[in-house]
Amino acid sequence: MFKFIVRRLIYAVPTLILISFFSFVIINAPPGDYMTTMQNVLVAQAGMSPAEARQLADRMRAIYGLDQPFLVRYGRWISAIVTRGDFGFSFMYRRPVSEVIWQRFGMTLLVALSAHLISVLIGVLIGIYSATHRYSWGDHAATLFAFIGLSMPGFFLALILMYVLAFHFGQHVGGFFSPEYALAPWSWSRFVDFLQHFWVPVLVVGLAGTARNMRVMRANLLDVLNSNYVRTAKAKGLAPRSVIYKHAVRNAIQPIVMYLGVTMPFLLSGELVASTVLNLPTMGPVFLAALNTQDMYLAGSFLMLLAIVLVISNLLADIALSWVDPRIRYD
Amino acid sequence: MTNTKSAQSTSKEKVKGTSTLELTRRRFLRSPMAKVGGVMVLALVIVTVFAPFFAPYDHNQIRLGKAYVPPQPIRFIDHEGRFHLRPFTYALTPGFDPDTWQRTFIEDTSRRYHLHFFVRGWEYTLFGLIRTDIHLFGVAEGGSIFVLGTDKLGRDLFSRIIFGGQVSMSVALLGAIVSALLGAIIGALSGYFGGWFDMVVQRIIELLLSFPTLPLFMALSVAIPVEWPPLGVFIGIIMIFALLSWPVLAREVRGKVLSYREEEFVMAAQALGATHLYTVFRHVLPNVVSHIVVVLTITVPDLILAEGALSFLGLGIQPPLVSWGVLLSDASTLETIGRYPWLLLPGIAILATVLAFNFLGDGLRDAVDATSTV
Repeated sequence: MFKFIVRRLIYAVPTLILISFFSFVIINAPPGDYMTTMQNVLVAQAGMSPAEARQLADRMRAIYGLDQPFLVRYGRWISAIVTRGDFGFSFMYRRPVSEVIWQRFGMTLLVALSAHLISVLIGVLIGIYSATHRYSWGDHAATLFAFIGLSMPGFFLALILMYVLAFHFGQHVGGFFSPEYALAPWSWSRFVDFLQHFWVPVLVVGLAGTARNMRVMRANLLDVLNSNYVRTAKAKGLAPRSVIYKHAVRNAIQPIVMYLGVTMPFLLSGELVASTVLNLPTMGPVFLAALNTQDMYLAGSFLMLLAIVLVISNLLADIALSWVDPRIRYD
Repeated sequence: MTNTKSAQSTSKEKVKGTSTLELTRRRFLRSPMAKVGGVMVLALVIVTVFAPFFAPYDHNQIRLGKAYVPPQPIRFIDHEGRFHLRPFTYALTPGFDPDTWQRTFIEDTSRRYHLHFFVRGWEYTLFGLIRTDIHLFGVAEGGSIFVLGTDKLGRDLFSRIIFGGQVSMSVALLGAIVSALLGAIIGALSGYFGGWFDMVVQRIIELLLSFPTLPLFMALSVAIPVEWPPLGVFIGIIMIFALLSWPVLAREVRGKVLSYREEEFVMAAQALGATHLYTVFRHVLPNVVSHIVVVLTITVPDLILAEGALSFLGLGIQPPLVSWGVLLSDASTLETIGRYPWLLLPGIAILATVLAFNFLGDGLRDAVDATSTV
């Protein structure tokens, strides 16, 4: 097992290099850079003449090394990350990228992982119910729910929740805290207030995943329930509950575990959109602003971190799978 | 070749009427969800193709005096309780709410405007050929029928949703078709030839799949220059969708082609002197077509959702082109949706369309899968 993990980590290195390079290429694809944005702002708002603004922008480019060729810039960026954990400088925030990103990225992961956990739990439970009560009223309802869940645009769901909560329940929506708790120290009531805000993005992000897990679980459990060993177990007089939970579910759940890593991109994408609508202090609004102002080290670092999270979660999913299914041998 | 053909036809006669296609059709029609999805998609396509006919108003016509009109109810019973066989709307007189300082619209019950079908309205050209001014429904001059209300410039939301569908659906469909073509060709070549080409393609696929799609879409759509005209942006978005969506299909096609590569019919074609490219496209790829169609149907709703999210965030389709995402971006603040909740309605259009394609795709997948017992 240990050997397998080490081998996978070594295999991941070339992938990570490619990922970082590709992120940098994409972020540099738009014409111009942050200084171009600044230049336009200076001309439009500060009343500077275009020539003056260009001169200033060129001077800033020289200071931040933006006038260097592409490969040099990439080389500097990546070597600073590897050697010093320095992801570059965010022009928009005028702070190092790592300072801007860590806390927000943590919140993004918290929302995504909470949604993940809940969608697996609820999805699997509904899936088991659906498969064991096939073609019942509840099964049809669950299937319809799954289809709607898969088809619901995240930002639309977020807007509707915002509308309903704000105007029919009079709740404060947006952000993670009500204004009166925003700066207060942690206390029980602040925690409750946090939960009252937190479930909204979790629901928005987790709905599609719940639906997907439910459908996968239902289909697999139905397959397994038709297999011979389940029939044997039933024929031998095992209690139905024990047949389902001890024998059938164990095999049917493997695809879900396998997809634990694969579904991460959907969750992270969902979080980006939901947080922009709900104005959460996570990566969504920052990423959007960074793209719009071409704050490229910020946007590029975030894009790269997303891909790295995926590589890691796929690795974790593989490990989890070998734990759930002892038949899988990696070495 | 002639020998195999005659052999095929004799075997066809033996099992009359149960070709693979027929079996697929039967399996498809057995599922009620697939049928519902198929009918919904068909209806959506018809409405989209004949958008100006179904839209009662020109979707870009601005009426400043009619800004933010709430959805107008279509009535059968008038204020005196009399029933009218022909539905009608009341005339709207602008009012003013002294509490909120908002403009309101009051129904003037003295003036009724009856709904007529196949009425003459604004002129349009269908497919650039037929000039006409016939619309499915409308009311007489002086009245109005804003079924879903109007937006901040008094443009009819219902008409805008129908025209927005043209853009949203064509972005998704074209993006899915181009990506399916790319995926099929790259996957087939990579599976058939193997070697260094396969190696490179596999690494590219791995790389593209290691990024979440939406952030990639976002980052690349920023690269579309702002000076481009709306139509250029439209094509740019389609290209981005196509260039990032092909890996999934390519990987699946490659797997299938790998398994077919050693089959007898491929060896037979080779023995008869067919070139590699001919073998791939004439003999191997047709076996995968059903699979490609299924993936295509499943990609469309994903792209509709992606376009919605992108345009909603202001990174996708740009006004004056309208798409469902562009329409929803008008409803992005709490204040707006609090006052004018009907601006959220384009979201229902996205939901319904994606639902329809998901139903259809699911039914197709089960129908194509010969082992399924739906």
